[in-house]
Amino acid sequence: MVFLTRKAEFSASHYYHNPEFSQEENQRIFGKCNNPHGHGHNYTLEVTVKGQVDPRSGFVVDLKELKEIMNREVIDALDHRFLNKEVPEFAKAIPTTENLAISIWERLKPKLKLAELHRIRVYETPDLFVDYYGEV
Amino acid sequence: MKAYLTRRYWFSASHRLHCEEMSEAENKATYGKCNNPYGHGHNYAVEVTVTGQVEERTGMICNLADLDAFVGKNILERFGHENLNRLPDFNGVVPTTENLCVKIYEILEQNFHHALIEKVRIEETMLNSFEYAGGREIRP
Repeated sequence: MVFLTRKAEFSASHYYHNPEFSQEENQRIFGKCNNPHGHGHNYTLEVTVKGQVDPRSGFVVDLKELKEIMNREVIDALDHRFLNKEVPEFAKAIPTTENLAISIWERLKPKLKLAELHRIRVYETPDLFVDYYGEV
Repeated sequence: MKAYLTRRYWFSASHRLHCEEMSEAENKATYGKCNNPYGHGHNYAVEVTVTGQVEERTGMICNLADLDAFVGKNILERFGHENLNRLPDFNGVVPTTENLCVKIYEILEQNFHHALIEKVRIEETMLNSFEYAGGREIRP
């Protein structure tokens, strides 16, 4: 079993707000992130897949194909977007780094036929990242 | 859904690697330059990984403000700009980064109650790093 990781970058804006909370609760729980006009990050995404090395090609996965799937399913949908307003799953779910990692897993999982998805890692900043392994 | 959140912090401290039970020659042979009696310092980078269910109402495993406040008070203030050998934590314990990593894990594991502590990882320099997950294997 070999693990292979491909990185990508995207920039997006978001804010944290739960309409079920009072204004005061939203402010207390989410602090500065509650600003309704949004703020942005340069996100780094790491997609790790695992599998056996194909004896003929020497690949776990064709990186070109992995890159195309990541670009189509994730980067095109999220890059230079206001996540709350333009990405359907964040109309309701709060676009925290945790939920971004879960959303990216769910976008990629059904599209990856060649290797098994192992981990999604999303860096919101170099000092904060979330890992998701598809666990319930 | 269960996820893992990692936050990276920094502090600077000095230490000297020296074991009272070893002879001077043995200390020198074991610790080399790190045995210098005047000590030396590092900029430590500490990565704290917490885990738990992502709460639907907040989208969070735990509030980052709670983790930052806890680490600020109980790790960064406790170890930052200190000589580690002089702290009660390292009374009779050599302040290697292995022992520092276990110590920081234990402080978090026993006292931080907003999420489970999965792992502590410390970079002593850009070339050395140490990880401790309470004795569990570390997942790739």
